[in-house]
Amino acid sequence: MKVKVLSLQLYCQFKTNIHPMKILVVDDERDIQTLFEQRFRKEIKEKHIEFVFAFSGEEALTYLEQNEHEVVIILSDINMPGMSGLELLRHIKQRYLKPPPIVMMITAYGDAENYNTAKLLGADDFLTKPVDFNLLKEKFKL
Amino acid sequence: MSLSVAPFVISLVLANRIRRYVKVNKLPVWEKQIKYVLFFSIFLFTTEVILSAFDVTKWIWHVYLIALIIFSLQQKEFRVLRMFIAAFIPYEIVELFSDLAQVINADFFNTNEVYFKNATYLTYIWLIAILYSQNRQFKAAEKDRIKRQQEDELNRAIAIRKVELEGLVAERTAELTEQKEELEHALYELRTTQSQLIQSEKMASLGELTAGIAHEIQNPLNFVNNFSEVNAELIEEMKQEIDKGNMEEVKVIADDIALNEQKITQHGKRADAIVKGMLQHSRTSSGIKEPTNINTLADEYLRLAYHGLRAKDKSFNATMKTDFDETIGMINVISQDIGRVILNLITNAFYAVNEKKQQHPAGYEPTVSLITKKTETNILITVQDNGNGIPKAALDKIFQPFFTTKPSGQGTGLGLSMSYEIITKAHGGELKVESNEGEGAEFTIILPV
Repeated sequence: MKVKVLSLQLYCQFKTNIHPMKILVVDDERDIQTLFEQRFRKEIKEKHIEFVFAFSGEEALTYLEQNEHEVVIILSDINMPGMSGLELLRHIKQRYLKPPPIVMMITAYGDAENYNTAKLLGADDFLTKPVDFNLLKEKFKL
Repeated sequence: MSLSVAPFVISLVLANRIRRYVKVNKLPVWEKQIKYVLFFSIFLFTTEVILSAFDVTKWIWHVYLIALIIFSLQQKEFRVLRMFIAAFIPYEIVELFSDLAQVINADFFNTNEVYFKNATYLTYIWLIAILYSQNRQFKAAEKDRIKRQQEDELNRAIAIRKVELEGLVAERTAELTEQKEELEHALYELRTTQSQLIQSEKMASLGELTAGIAHEIQNPLNFVNNFSEVNAELIEEMKQEIDKGNMEEVKVIADDIALNEQKITQHGKRADAIVKGMLQHSRTSSGIKEPTNINTLADEYLRLAYHGLRAKDKSFNATMKTDFDETIGMINVISQDIGRVILNLITNAFYAVNEKKQQHPAGYEPTVSLITKKTETNILITVQDNGNGIPKAALDKIFQPFFTTKPSGQGTGLGLSMSYEIITKAHGGELKVESNEGEGAEFTIILPV
């Protein structure tokens, strides 16, 4: 885990030097957009980071198909109506191999089963709700 | 020498006739006296025979007979017999007259003996005729009496039977009353048990909802926490901007804070509504119809059911399709009860698609649809699933209490029967089911507008 986070940090630092790091946030709660935009207002203003929002797994996949290589990090909720976060994860890991985006799973249920499934499907990180934004910033190393 | 056979027989006949009458009419006082009369007749006749004192006794016979006739004619009890008793009078008069004539004027008697004899015979014939007719009348009366007696006996028997029957009826009534009371008690116990079962069914469905509710509450709470943290940060920033005198930026930040404040309130209220809904679900139904937005209600329970199942079974997933007719507006229903029905139907649908998914993992896309529709006279709420459907044999039983296809311990078997009661009895609507085995099921709630 530590190695992965470290590599993620390095990767992000490397990417931010060129243009804003694009992060796709997938959650069925629409207010997540306002929240992220305010939490990362400085970073967005300074163009270190750019957020794209999708409100379902299907929407996220459509976006990824159209903008294949732009997204660096995907933050996805697991529990969503329709396609679940875990299914989205499977699709991403199957299809977007080069370069594979970093996928971080977020769930309200911090249970072992979701964690293990997410790991098995190749999730790069695992967060529980409520999201600790300071920790998230640390992870983005911004 | 001639014995007083005739007076003797006549006194016997007269006494005997009276005795029969007395016996039949139950006059025991007279019975004894008649016995004395009979004894006296026999005694007199015997005395006469022994002493050969015909000349003396014939006068005693006269006195005796006259006394007997007059006395019995005077008795009110023998009124009926008067005709009969009177029949003896001619005989007695003729006899007395002929005897007196013999004593007073023997010549006259001797010359007219033939007439006297003939007169005596006539009185005999008269007497016999009267006796005969009287006897016939008596026999007829007797027949009548016997008939009446039989009728009386019959009536008495009927009366006794009636009393017996009344006793039996009273006994049966008492038994029935007892049984009725027992049944009423049993019914009362059943009602109590039923209400307990309804409560436990509510609690069971609440249990199924718990995880969903937790999820539904956690989300708004996260937003409340997150937005208030953001606001704290923004206020810090705003202070810095004020110090810099950058009022434009201060305004922008203030707008953001206001927006976030709105979000905090909004999510706080959302959590509040969920908790209230949960409490309402577990409470006894108010039974009061109030204007309700069916679409909101249906959507709320769809989410709760989905998250509830999802929390229990992580692998579970289903496509939820909703098609709400926005023209429905508010309709008058017992919202808590209708919510319970919708929840029950949705939970069943999710259960069905989940079952099928576990059997056909590849290529099967579990789908549950919730459709509301307004027609001219009704509101339709349809819950469709593409699960395994309901076998034909079970289709007739699904609304029966305690019927369940779930493994024991997993279902109370009361969900659909309660739903049926709520829709048909409390709302005057219909709950219809259509199912093709293997293809899915469709439940439709039809509520009159």
